[in-house]
Amino acid sequence: MASSRPNSYFLRGARDALPFVLVVVPFATLFGVVATEAGLSVAQTMGFSIVVIAGAAQFAALQLMIDDAPTLMIVLTALAVNLRMAMYSASLAVHLGAAPFWQRAIVAYFNVDQSYALSTVRYETEPDMTLPERLVYFFGTMTPIAPCWYIFTLVGALVGQAIPPEYALDFAVPITFLALVAPMLRTRAHLLAAGTSVVVALALAGLPFGAGLLVAGFSAMIVGAQADLWAERRSA
Amino acid sequence: MSMGAGQIWLIIALIGAGTYLIRFSFLGLIGDRKLPAWVLRHLRYTPVAIIPGLVAPLVAWPEATGGSPDPARLAAAAVTLSVGYWSRSILLAITAGAVTLAFGLTLFG
Repeated sequence: MASSRPNSYFLRGARDALPFVLVVVPFATLFGVVATEAGLSVAQTMGFSIVVIAGAAQFAALQLMIDDAPTLMIVLTALAVNLRMAMYSASLAVHLGAAPFWQRAIVAYFNVDQSYALSTVRYETEPDMTLPERLVYFFGTMTPIAPCWYIFTLVGALVGQAIPPEYALDFAVPITFLALVAPMLRTRAHLLAAGTSVVVALALAGLPFGAGLLVAGFSAMIVGAQADLWAERRSA
Repeated sequence: MSMGAGQIWLIIALIGAGTYLIRFSFLGLIGDRKLPAWVLRHLRYTPVAIIPGLVAPLVAWPEATGGSPDPARLAAAAVTLSVGYWSRSILLAITAGAVTLAFGLTLFG
């Protein structure tokens, strides 16, 4: 029955991903609304969700576009937000590195927070999975998520065009970001990194071209990593 | 926003290409070799390192009020952060923040 097992792994992936749909749907809708409110066309809004397919980076880019930051700074900041995906890529490579190049190229496009988290947990709890089963599980997790991301961005974009600008949507992006970050503050290292980021960003807010944010981000990364190292050494 | 369509598409294309290269990096080019521990340690903190710094000035000096601190937005930010921290639910935090903002704006605005 080996041939039917990858199929069931596909369904398991899809089922495991269903709870995330509850987050993806409003998040995608909100991006669509805020992007069109900010002045992007429906096509540009969809372009973001299809080409970039990374919520936090899209919101970050959008906020800096609203602030008329220079192109280079917008791109660098969005990419800095996405740097964590290099870590995802490295852990997925351990499990999927033996797949053909073209399959890894497709996996890379769908390498997002949800597919990474679900897949690596599954691969580690079931180390006997074959390579086809692993791949099929990975794509299973994205089967409910990616279409929801596209479709509800479109729904939001169409709704956003109809919402008058006097609603306080200027604050939708900050609230979304705070809601994203708060649950990530799990350890003292995360709290220290976030605190450093806030203090440095506010102190350097006067620097031109959003340079203060990049300095804040990189110093906070170093503080987080050092605090992490310190905690590890103390518990060792 | 005062950007032309060409500039907006350029930004989308550059972020898309860069993000894809980040996602592909180890899967595509390096195979199943492991990243050094110190690199992983830094990458783990990228979201909590960038996002708070992006939000802080928007909360402290919102553009909608001409850059002066505003009680409704400060309260909404505090409620979103606390609800998100204690409940670990993104949706609950967004809802609580939006309700606080709407309430605050009718109260103070």
